[in-house]
Amino acid sequence: MKKVIVKPKVLHNIPWHYCPGCTHGIVHRLIAEVIDEMDLQKDAVGVASVGCSCFNYDYFDIDMSAAAHGRAPAVATGIKRVQPGRLVFTYQGDGDLCAIGTAEAIHAAVRGENITIIFYNNGIYGMTGGQMAPTSLPDMKTTTSPYGRNVQETGFPIKMTEMLALQEGCVYAERTKVSNPASINKTKKAIRKAFELQLSRAGFTIVEILGTCPTNWGLDPLQAIKWMEEKLEKQYPTGILKNSKGDSVICDKK
Amino acid sequence: MEQVLLKGSEAIAEGAVLAGCRFFFGYPITPQNEIPEYFARRLPQVNGTFLQAESEIAAINMVYGAGGTGARVMTSSSSPGMSLKQEGISYLSCAEVPCVIVSIMRGGPGLGAIQGAQPDYFQAVKGGGHGDYKNIVLAPSTVQEAADLTYQAFDLADKYRNPVIILGDGILAQMMEPIVLPNEKQDFPEKNWALNLDKNRPRNVISSSYPIVEELEKVIIRLNQKAEIMKGEVRWDTLQVEDADYIIVAYGTSARIAKAVVRQAREIGIKLGLLRPITLWPFPYDAIYSLVPQVKAFFALEMSTGQMIEDVKIAIGRERPVYHIGRYGGVIPRVNETLEKITAVAKG
Repeated sequence: MKKVIVKPKVLHNIPWHYCPGCTHGIVHRLIAEVIDEMDLQKDAVGVASVGCSCFNYDYFDIDMSAAAHGRAPAVATGIKRVQPGRLVFTYQGDGDLCAIGTAEAIHAAVRGENITIIFYNNGIYGMTGGQMAPTSLPDMKTTTSPYGRNVQETGFPIKMTEMLALQEGCVYAERTKVSNPASINKTKKAIRKAFELQLSRAGFTIVEILGTCPTNWGLDPLQAIKWMEEKLEKQYPTGILKNSKGDSVICDKK
Repeated sequence: MEQVLLKGSEAIAEGAVLAGCRFFFGYPITPQNEIPEYFARRLPQVNGTFLQAESEIAAINMVYGAGGTGARVMTSSSSPGMSLKQEGISYLSCAEVPCVIVSIMRGGPGLGAIQGAQPDYFQAVKGGGHGDYKNIVLAPSTVQEAADLTYQAFDLADKYRNPVIILGDGILAQMMEPIVLPNEKQDFPEKNWALNLDKNRPRNVISSSYPIVEELEKVIIRLNQKAEIMKGEVRWDTLQVEDADYIIVAYGTSARIAKAVVRQAREIGIKLGLLRPITLWPFPYDAIYSLVPQVKAFFALEMSTGQMIEDVKIAIGRERPVYHIGRYGGVIPRVNETLEKITAVAKG
């Protein structure tokens, strides 16, 4: 029988802790496939963050550094400044990147730090049990917004990737999703493009990926995919926010 | 030997460069700005990298990233900024990332004042961040020692895979003295644990994450065993303790004042000696305890309301009285007022 798909070389063959229906695993696999295809296993350093993905230092078979909550872009900066030739990426959720780690992310982009942020956005804190994130949707029920997110009191969903794309040091920002084969392929292309730009020392790159959290959304896996496409994507439209030439889709053109 | 006239801050920075430090991450805060400014000028000359971070939090985490690759790396800050670095210091200690952290104390708590003080002894020596960990803390008292101890701190950090803290204050950082610089270091230890560029090694992970509690307990036990070994690095200096009836214990800038107090006390017939801890962790408990039989009372001179004095009390138990002498918030203790307090005890 012909093998049409194999496990990527840089993923460890151990049990993962993700919930059924969670799309973190898809994103991990895409990163691993890109590293395999670019033959970067020995040249890549991943920076794990805090949140549901915090144990992925065990999942990727590459050098990994596990950062404190929100600090992954600073840790990645330290690594990259010593080893400018290596591929350095962070893997951060929306709580890590958009709340506690806002400053570190913005200033990595401001400096045009040659790193890539892989940003998994599911609009909720997963690991700590479904609390409201800066990305939670208006009226969204979470364990800390049990009556729904009241935007008068807690503000509106943060536009993090848009903010990062505004910075001159950011050369590429794209928002994708992992809801079907086409969008998954598109996400993989975005990750590859970000990594290639990084290796050409073009500047800061970010790929925001809309993902699910069936457990904390209180939905089954298929309902979660549907919710992601109908609700999350409506708030966070997919597409290129900035491309490598520095032309900005969202920024004012000079 | 050729002498150069340097500020304490500059001596710290040049001592680091000569020790092979090529990466510095920091954030401006008075009274230690001459350290990052020196690195900003100096590191490009030696193919190093100076980076001004967006915060002290970012700076210490850049240290975590860079130190994890095996590079010799440093950051510096002052009291409010050191509070922000504590999170990162806890992670660095648990992940066993060697680095040198310079804490130039000023008046606190809060925003306090920018003048030199010593109110962050507890923060540096007793932890500061969360969790069980120990860092070597070196307390220079002269500009020469600022250069020498910083230079040696990088070797200690690598030897034990542990952060090393240089605890100074605004007075030491700002004063100028002629010093002799150490030779540029040529040999550096191998770091097979690091995320280095050796492509033939197995992959490495820099992490302080141990979700299985039994595994974390093993790590804590191992770190504690390492701390026991690090206690062998204890250092202190003495002045006229041989015949002393009274001992003043002081570190850093306070020890400079204490030297003058010892001299003047002897002129009026009080046999006073000085014990100056050079390492605050490990603290020279045994050296202090060994003086108990000959000494009537101890004095702890520090620019805080009494932090190091607790370690002096641990050293001697209740066998002798220990008196605190100090000024606070950036006010410098005067020799005469210190001597008056000692005289009052000595003359009963």
